[in-house]
Amino acid sequence: MIRPKVTIDGNEAAAHVAYHLNEVIAIYPITPSSPMGEWADQWSSEKKANLWGTVPRVIEMQSEGGAAGTLHGALQAGALATTFTSSQGLLLMIPNMYKIAGELTSTVFHVAARSLAAQALSIFGDHGDVMAARGTGFALLASNSVQEAMDGALIAHAAALEARVPFLHFFDGFRTSHEVSKIEQLTAQDMRGMIDDDLVRAHRARALSPDHPFIRGTAQNPDVYFQARESVNPYYLACPTIVQNAMDKFAQITGRKYHLFEYTGAPDAEQVIVLMGSGAEAAQETIEYLTSRGKKVGLLKVRLYRPFSVDHFVAALPATVKAIAVLDRTKEPGSVGEPLYLDVVTAVSEAVTCGRANFRGFPRIIGGRYGLSSKEFTPAMVARVFDELAKDKPKNHFTLGIHDDVTHTSLSHDPQFSTESPDTVRALFYGLGSDGTVGANKNSIKIIGEDTENYAQGYFVYDSKKSGSLTISHLRFGPRPIHSTYLISRANFIACHQFSFLERIDVLKAAEPGATFLLNSPYGPGEVWDHLPRTTQQEIIARKLRFFVIDGDKVAQEAGMGGRINTIMQTCFFAISGVLPRDNAIAAIKHSIEKTYGKRGEAVVRKNFAAVDAALAHLNQVAVPAAATATKDMRPPVPAEAPEFLRRVTAMMIVGEGDALPVSAMPVDGSYPTGTAQWEKRNIALEIPVWDQELCIQCGKCVLVCPHAVIRAKIYDPAKAGTAPAEFLHAAPRWREFSELRYTLQVAPEDCTGCGLCVQVCPAKSKSEARHKAINMAPQAPLRDAQRENWEYFLEIPEIDPQLLALGHVKDVQLLQPLFEFSGACAGCGETPYIKLMTQLFGDRVFIANATGCSSIYGGNLPTTPYTSNRQGRGPAWSNSLFEDNAEFGLGMRLALDKQAEYARELVQRLSATFGEELAGGLLCANQSNAAGIAEQRGRVENLKEKLKKQSGAAACDLLALADALVRKSVWIVGGDGWGYDIGFGGLDHVLASGQDVNILLLDTEVYSNTGGQMSKATPRGAVAKFAAGGKSTRKKDLGMMAINYGSAYVAQVAMGGSDTHTLKALLEAEAFHGPSLVIAYSHCIAHGYDMVYGIEQQKNAVLSGHWPLFRYHPDLVKAGKNPFQLDSRPPSIPLQKYIYNESRYTMLMHSNPVAAKQLLQEAQEDVASRWKLYEHLAAMKPAAVTEEAKS
Amino acid sequence: MIDLSTSYLGLTLKNPLVASPSPLCEDLDNIRRMEDAGAAAVVLHSLFEEQIELEGAHLDRALAYGTESFAESLSYFPDMTSYNLGPEGYVEHVRRAKAAVGIPVIASLNGVSEGGWTRYAKHIEEAGADALELNIYYIPTRPELSGEEVERVYFDLVARVKSSVHIPVAVKLSPYFSAMANMARRLEQAGADALVLFNRFYQPDFDLESREVVPSLTLSNSGTLLLRLHWVAILYGQMRADLAVTGGVHTGTDALKAMMAGARVAMMTSALLKHGIAHFATVRAQMTAWMEENEYTSIRQMQGSMSQRSVENPSAFQRGNYMKVLSSYALRPLGKI
Repeated sequence: MIRPKVTIDGNEAAAHVAYHLNEVIAIYPITPSSPMGEWADQWSSEKKANLWGTVPRVIEMQSEGGAAGTLHGALQAGALATTFTSSQGLLLMIPNMYKIAGELTSTVFHVAARSLAAQALSIFGDHGDVMAARGTGFALLASNSVQEAMDGALIAHAAALEARVPFLHFFDGFRTSHEVSKIEQLTAQDMRGMIDDDLVRAHRARALSPDHPFIRGTAQNPDVYFQARESVNPYYLACPTIVQNAMDKFAQITGRKYHLFEYTGAPDAEQVIVLMGSGAEAAQETIEYLTSRGKKVGLLKVRLYRPFSVDHFVAALPATVKAIAVLDRTKEPGSVGEPLYLDVVTAVSEAVTCGRANFRGFPRIIGGRYGLSSKEFTPAMVARVFDELAKDKPKNHFTLGIHDDVTHTSLSHDPQFSTESPDTVRALFYGLGSDGTVGANKNSIKIIGEDTENYAQGYFVYDSKKSGSLTISHLRFGPRPIHSTYLISRANFIACHQFSFLERIDVLKAAEPGATFLLNSPYGPGEVWDHLPRTTQQEIIARKLRFFVIDGDKVAQEAGMGGRINTIMQTCFFAISGVLPRDNAIAAIKHSIEKTYGKRGEAVVRKNFAAVDAALAHLNQVAVPAAATATKDMRPPVPAEAPEFLRRVTAMMIVGEGDALPVSAMPVDGSYPTGTAQWEKRNIALEIPVWDQELCIQCGKCVLVCPHAVIRAKIYDPAKAGTAPAEFLHAAPRWREFSELRYTLQVAPEDCTGCGLCVQVCPAKSKSEARHKAINMAPQAPLRDAQRENWEYFLEIPEIDPQLLALGHVKDVQLLQPLFEFSGACAGCGETPYIKLMTQLFGDRVFIANATGCSSIYGGNLPTTPYTSNRQGRGPAWSNSLFEDNAEFGLGMRLALDKQAEYARELVQRLSATFGEELAGGLLCANQSNAAGIAEQRGRVENLKEKLKKQSGAAACDLLALADALVRKSVWIVGGDGWGYDIGFGGLDHVLASGQDVNILLLDTEVYSNTGGQMSKATPRGAVAKFAAGGKSTRKKDLGMMAINYGSAYVAQVAMGGSDTHTLKALLEAEAFHGPSLVIAYSHCIAHGYDMVYGIEQQKNAVLSGHWPLFRYHPDLVKAGKNPFQLDSRPPSIPLQKYIYNESRYTMLMHSNPVAAKQLLQEAQEDVASRWKLYEHLAAMKPAAVTEEAKS
Repeated sequence: MIDLSTSYLGLTLKNPLVASPSPLCEDLDNIRRMEDAGAAAVVLHSLFEEQIELEGAHLDRALAYGTESFAESLSYFPDMTSYNLGPEGYVEHVRRAKAAVGIPVIASLNGVSEGGWTRYAKHIEEAGADALELNIYYIPTRPELSGEEVERVYFDLVARVKSSVHIPVAVKLSPYFSAMANMARRLEQAGADALVLFNRFYQPDFDLESREVVPSLTLSNSGTLLLRLHWVAILYGQMRADLAVTGGVHTGTDALKAMMAGARVAMMTSALLKHGIAHFATVRAQMTAWMEENEYTSIRQMQGSMSQRSVENPSAFQRGNYMKVLSSYALRPLGKI
């Protein structure tokens, strides 16, 4: 049979089978498995049928726990059901997995294996999650490549039905889930051949039914639980054979042979490596290389890890084996060894002891760890393990790929060792996220994979920042199957799609001698040389590179492509790499443009065609001079004056050399210094704002909305500010009380992302030219040096005393120092202005519990982080626990703080005689409701500490350690709508009901932003999102009203663009309220599908249309005999469509389903009307009479 | 029995009242109501090539925006297998409108590119439109561009569309040409089967508070009609192409004036927006009443009866009329001008 060859990634490969073989699919998004669920949802919405001709039902749940519960129910009711997950998601499924397995239920969970959050979260791949589930009773089947992800999925489903043992089918997150590879696609006929419908019917027959009732899920007692637990043994004993039979059947159908334990290598190997997952591919490539050179080495790939068949395992080992190295992609601190190692030791021991082994003696067995969090695992490391195995006393419990200079576990390897095939094209592309480089490369792989006989592989490395992010594409093409599951370190083609990268990173580091270098350059072939850093020049000369340039940005502009240079650079790649004949390549590119963009309209296709046609005419080879001439070189990642940790550790991560950091460089408990983002000058803005001090009315709106805190204002005494740089601007303050001082609005030129929100929000326009405002965008490069000097001077100017300011006014708040700056959030982010404002108001005494999501990523993703401290060294104490538990996490902080304060107060009372009653009284009775009171209390605490330092005794020591708790702290629980409305709602609800003094800032983007736009319960009716491809058909959850229902929580709904003063007031009231507070903040988002520069205007439209009414509910008003509910916005004054049809999340539905769009718009407009009516009614209500008893 | 029938673009119409392009025509129910109220034909809202292109570009941008940048969110939207983005939606609307009503359905096209005009014109013809109105909306802002060049763009365009379709083609014009009569003649020579006088341009307004340019739309009134009457009256009899009046037809009197000037049809939108679709019936009744009172038996009888060539003093349509208007203003009491 001829099967289609497709070029897809591992997620799509697994989803292809899972979708065909199931009826109910319950999922929850989590990286890197989300695309599996998204594919299933998209296919379902497109009415694609499964193997039995019916369209599977796909449901997105509120958490993985919810997905597992739903799945359990679906299975019990007889459906063929599946799910997809990773990491913490799998952990949340574990309780149900025990149940599903205990009930011998056929199902398959497909898992893109990912690290677990320990000292830090990591989205990347290892087997930590899968290993945590190994006790559940699920069979664990590993797939090592994209092809295997598809094949393994089918084998797992077939075996699960027969064995009645549920399967966890896994493959490595990112390395396999996101690797794009040319594979043979299984057909419906293949699946039909593997799936026995009698077994499907048997599965259904085992379901609960009132038509033939029985009970499942009883509670058992000591008398029978044990025996019942043992009753499943026959199924587990039979399972390996069933799996092998399924593999054999699969081989008959497809020709691809698999085994439970698959040996490859020398038949007489003496040294064997055992491992599972994608690392086995790199190991296989190494084995082939070594055995071809006469080495007696071998590899045993573990496919069925649970149930672990000792007999099959020992039978698969060569009889000649003398030494075995077991490699685990996980770590179990405190264990004798990692799980696979322990299993192998036990298996060999049992086999040898019982005489079931075919090898002589007891082979030496060592174990090691590799590849945690997608750490590179290369042939050099595999070869190094064999070297170790050959030693008399090999190291056990070793590590690979790192330098452990603390407990000295690591094996160093030879970085020069390579098994790369010389006939493989190895290409590296450095691009910006926004320039389309990755998309074009995925496209090139498809072209080469599908238009030629060549094999193709693509793997993509992304940035940890969401704005100005660097992408590195690793592409391989060749006549032989590609097993290289590691990054390219020897490239014969390198393209750099952004000229500015050259000053930041050594893009030619991996260039082989004679390689081709393609550079997108604003400078032509005659002048580019003089603009290259010295390192780049030297590399080009020393390695004799063929050097080409094109001004891709100019060509893109002329072709109407904006900043997207993707098709231009792709055309150049084909033109000079010789992978395909040039004309064929151009035709193939155009064909794929039509395929990809055709549905987006003819104009889009025409534009791309024009770019392709123009590209070749502008591509030029550069005549390379004989010697390097540049006097400038790459700039250091952090300046010389940066703190030591940044220079020694962080700088390495910034330049992409973090792999070289030794274990000793790492903090042992995940604690890192804050305030590090200020040192990473990313220079990503093409344009930055420039202040016109003559026009400026000093309203502070630009400072307020700036998502990255790069616009700051200060009022200062020029006499005390030292000598200003020549171009430093200032103006007379528009504050009567500060008229003797000066006002400056300053931009951080190297930290700005160029989003333009500040200009958009600026209300001051020139009287002679309306488009000229008090702040205007201008090209960054010519301004950079002077503005950097101004910025550095500005930073040295002391901040004004907050006690002199009216904090209820935006104008005054601009003068407060933000303690959240230069985050990695998207340019124009709608969330960060709220966080920044919160840190301006309370940052020097705030604890932040941050739910996993965008805000935890831009808030805490290494290398550099945005939370910082003020001149006194105070700043936010920030932490992230999980996604689902954030409200509880923050509550725990509150309880600890309150307890510590209580104990400290008790100690103050106990010890008051030793340091004076006056100080004790002051400490205990302090009014800390305002900045002045807090400053005074801090003074008392310092005084107390000085006195306590002179004392001895346990109580004094305790009080010295806890004295800071006497200063009022503010706890803020921060997270997005995915957390607050969905996965963390239960906790949030409980915390709201607790009465404890915590503040919740819910950044509502109305969609799961961080995982790529999945629907949440905050998604409004009619909006398109993943899992709501046909437009969300239900109403947005009114979380505010739910919280108000308690009557004891402060609740506000705010939108900075609707009313900044209202936002400010709400944050101040929330913090001041002695009880739980919830502030729901409308946050525009890149996932809404429009240019973020209009974010603030859209916020305003959201309020004007009535989609987002502004309100505050203050429980304390009841005591004052007032209505606690205050409706702060006016009745809807524009139709909803005037707001929503500015956003693609809504207009997309008009294009894909105009009838549904019209219907949902009408319903959404009705939602607005009914909600407004309710709010209006609430606002007009007279408060219930409060009895004297209640008042007291 | 009064004969209200007329012919326009080779189509026999039961009366001269035609719905001109407006958002009202986007809804099939409205088109049915127009027929029920007595409209003799309907010109659908325009298919805007530029809008199609913009929507495509926006969708493309939205689907690409922020993608492939961050490992957790490589995309933000489901990319469906198809979108209703090209002319298909409009073409389908033409098809449905034809199926829904018995009166002629005239499509309207506003193109941008050379290829766009002809490509979309063919799609419209294939959908079954009885005729096509070209809504040429072109603002020559470049100082280098001469009137002659602008005019050539119009002629070439009409010729190209005419050579690509077989259905009759009307051209809707703006009044801003140096030599309107010559323009009309040459459009006719390029193949125009009818001229629709005149387009009303949306002119931007200023918001003084925000100092921003804002779109503005004002409805026409009977006063708007005068410029149309003027030019239809001048052109009538000088060309073979049919003439249509659009803009300022609000009452039966207005429609009758249009006929007398020489128009084959009088098109309405603002009046419908003000008074509702049923206003067609009112206007028709007013026309009939006036004709009965004045003993007219048919519309054809009056068509062109007040045209330049038919009136007592043809120079009234030239400078003389200008003088007359000035003097008529002078007779009004001061302060009420």
